[in-house]
Amino acid sequence: MDKLTMTTMENSIRYPEETPDRLRIATSSKVVTRRNFFRLLGGGIAVALSQSCVYGWSDAPPVSEQLAADENTIAAWIHIHEDGSVSVFTGKVEVGQNIRTSLAQVVAEELAVPIQHIALIMGDTSLTPYDAGTFGSRTTPYMGPQLRKAAASLREALLEKAAKALKVPATALRAEAGKIVDGSSGKTLAYGTLTRGEKLLIPINEAVTLTAAEQWTVAGTSIPKINGRDFVTGKHQYTSDMVLPDMVYGKILRPPAYGATLAAVDVTKAKAMPHVTVVQTADFIGVTAPDPQTAANALARIAAQWNTTPQPSKAELFAYLKDNARHGGGDEDDRQEARRLFEASTHRLEHRVEVQYIAHVPLEPRAAIAEWNDGQLTVWTGTQRPFGVQEELAGAFSLAKEQVRVIMPDTGSAYGGKHSGEAALEAARLAKVVGKPVKIVWTREEEFKWAYFRPAGLIEVAAALKDDGTIASWEFHNYNSGNAGIDLPYEAGVKHIRYHPSRTPLRQGSYRALAATANVFAIECMVDDLARLLQRDPLEFRLSQLTDVRMRGVLTAAADRFGWGGKKAPGHGFGIACGFVKNSYIATCAEVAYGQANGQLEVVRLVAAYDCGAIVNPKHLENQVLGAILQGLGGALFEAIDFKDGRILNPTLSTYRVPRFADIPPLDIVLIDQKDIPSAGAGETPIVGTAPAIRNAIADATGVRLHQLPLIPQGLKMN
Amino acid sequence: MKLHINGNEYDIDTPENTSLLDVLRIHLKLTGSKYGCGEGICGACRVLIDGHATASCITPVGSVQHKEVVTIEGLAKDGRLHPVQQAFLDEDAFQCAYCTSGMIISAVALTNKSPKPSRQEIIDAMQINICRCCAYPRIIEAISNV
Ligand code: FES
Ligand code: FES
Repeated sequence: MDKLTMTTMENSIRYPEETPDRLRIATSSKVVTRRNFFRLLGGGIAVALSQSCVYGWSDAPPVSEQLAADENTIAAWIHIHEDGSVSVFTGKVEVGQNIRTSLAQVVAEELAVPIQHIALIMGDTSLTPYDAGTFGSRTTPYMGPQLRKAAASLREALLEKAAKALKVPATALRAEAGKIVDGSSGKTLAYGTLTRGEKLLIPINEAVTLTAAEQWTVAGTSIPKINGRDFVTGKHQYTSDMVLPDMVYGKILRPPAYGATLAAVDVTKAKAMPHVTVVQTADFIGVTAPDPQTAANALARIAAQWNTTPQPSKAELFAYLKDNARHGGGDEDDRQEARRLFEASTHRLEHRVEVQYIAHVPLEPRAAIAEWNDGQLTVWTGTQRPFGVQEELAGAFSLAKEQVRVIMPDTGSAYGGKHSGEAALEAARLAKVVGKPVKIVWTREEEFKWAYFRPAGLIEVAAALKDDGTIASWEFHNYNSGNAGIDLPYEAGVKHIRYHPSRTPLRQGSYRALAATANVFAIECMVDDLARLLQRDPLEFRLSQLTDVRMRGVLTAAADRFGWGGKKAPGHGFGIACGFVKNSYIATCAEVAYGQANGQLEVVRLVAAYDCGAIVNPKHLENQVLGAILQGLGGALFEAIDFKDGRILNPTLSTYRVPRFADIPPLDIVLIDQKDIPSAGAGETPIVGTAPAIRNAIADATGVRLHQLPLIPQGLKMN
Repeated sequence: MKLHINGNEYDIDTPENTSLLDVLRIHLKLTGSKYGCGEGICGACRVLIDGHATASCITPVGSVQHKEVVTIEGLAKDGRLHPVQQAFLDEDAFQCAYCTSGMIISAVALTNKSPKPSRQEIIDAMQINICRCCAYPRIIEAISNV
């Protein structure tokens, strides 16, 4: 187990100014299918990954028919062009987690090609194989190993081809920097030349030898973002930046509140404006214009009246969630037993934890461009589920899926907030009527009001201790926020753990680490308070109830780096928390300071230890981890959606506070590299430790035990 | 009206109250400056106006007629990145990078004024700029390394 200190990492690789761009085919508006893409790509050698990775094809044509028969099971492609450049086709998408870089590293490593020769074509429903979506931290553990195996199979096939060409045994050859090298004669054959004129599809060799993590030279290193230069020069085109010839801009008429329906509308003034088109169907009204300002002006001239119905407000949120819950099911015997033990115990605690809705606030709001061509629809949009959006659109317009192409340019972040295709559908509806490409970019206010939120939740926990200090009973009910991270990592006698789905007053959906932000918070507050009830050290108490060695490992690593048990300045407090979500482990320590005089609470520093198995790109991993931990500060301290009667009351960045530079405490991260454990995705888990660690530090500093998220939206109130 | 942007002169014809951001992005196709909030408090749209980092989303285009505007596209010279751009690239000071152009503009204004800024100076100068991916520590590193 080695620990990495990140500050020593070097970026030695420089990319050429122009990264090879195979997307030219992707920008033709003609729908390309997997059936014909070999023809488009020309000759070369390719390997396809099936979902199950079992293929038995020979390299004899006709390849395309075989592909067609099996294309539903293909997960990704790697193709070496005749010029030696490599294209990797995957349905995964880039939203800032830097998988464009880490997946290229994996392929570069196993295929023995310079990473600059690799282009990833991602998230294009016509060019890339089906993929359910980029979420749930699944890219690194699933797509990474598959691509690795495919690349290694390609390398092997090339070695064999070269052996035939050079008439030497394959064992006398090695693959290096895009060439096969004959060690004894010094002869080299470039990959591209080995396949000249042929179109080869080779099977995956399930038994192929992979490079062990200890021998990685490209994977496992801190390679800079692969197209980084395009971002620092402003050249990269997000969906919101793209322009098509003849394109117009769209705006949509929105209701004033959840549940409102249109009573009457007058669009004559908008219609009378030059170059403006008003699109009106029963429940949908939108406008288009040659520029966004004119579109907004036109929208403002539409007079609409709405029928509203009473809607829940934030003040009654938690009663509403509990009253509308459906029972989570399962038998009740363990509940009665847990209750009995709880009643019989002299050391017991009960908590009621309230977790507010929060917004993802991706800095790039939802955006889409839609274009119709002979009944075929092409949409560019920022979404984590291009194939899901393709299905949504096909359903909405009664088209076959093949008639809809969704392309996902690298996008301005998502955090679980862009699983859906609202802007895509709106743009497509407008474009269909106006007969021109239409671009829709949501305003920040639309994004706050009409996207979806991290679920709010009410959690009730009751725990009792035995005389020996172990946990006798644990009863845990989560209303509405979800299941993720709900299991108790600690040893306990009787456990009754239930999630009860409820009716949600606001639109809710996926979020970084899902409900684990709420569940781990509730668990770690309770465990901390149990330790304090017994007057035991919170770290020592946790370790005494934990058997999982990796969880113990992160706790100890974080505590060591933090200096747990060390001296505290007056008014300062220490807190610790840990969590296990999606096969990775986080432990976070926080130091806070409470100023008696000014009543201000300050997070002085954070230290975290994270273990997600083998590390593919240390610097990008650290970026993901620190991003998640710090994003967690917002939900921990002050982020909350305020709403009343179906209206969002803080739909702007001046009224909804997100973490800024001055909120960021010094942060130290220990990455634990488990070279022999497959890598897990890292975009989510690290967020869950932040809130409970800070909460527990506040309890340590002040004795105030908070049971809500956010903890201190109005600062700390001492009673 | 005439505008001076990145050393070029443009003649554009829009109402004077059109935002500078719209003029850059829509009319001049300089899309490196981003929209993030439209109310001047996220920094994604920042450009240099006579050297000051300014939110272009709340700046009416009419007000910059006799001023020198520099956008992210105007920082590199003869294919060589501005030292702040290079520092961001070297430090990997971004994830989705949607905030990056505004961050770099704020940092250029800062380092022009104060070539070796302290951590506190960086925080004060950059406080308007939001990075929702929270790459803040890397951004501070990058600016410290310029
Ligand atoms: S878009 Fe101008 S400051 Fe946010
Ligand atoms: S890198 Fe995504 S907003 Fe800063």
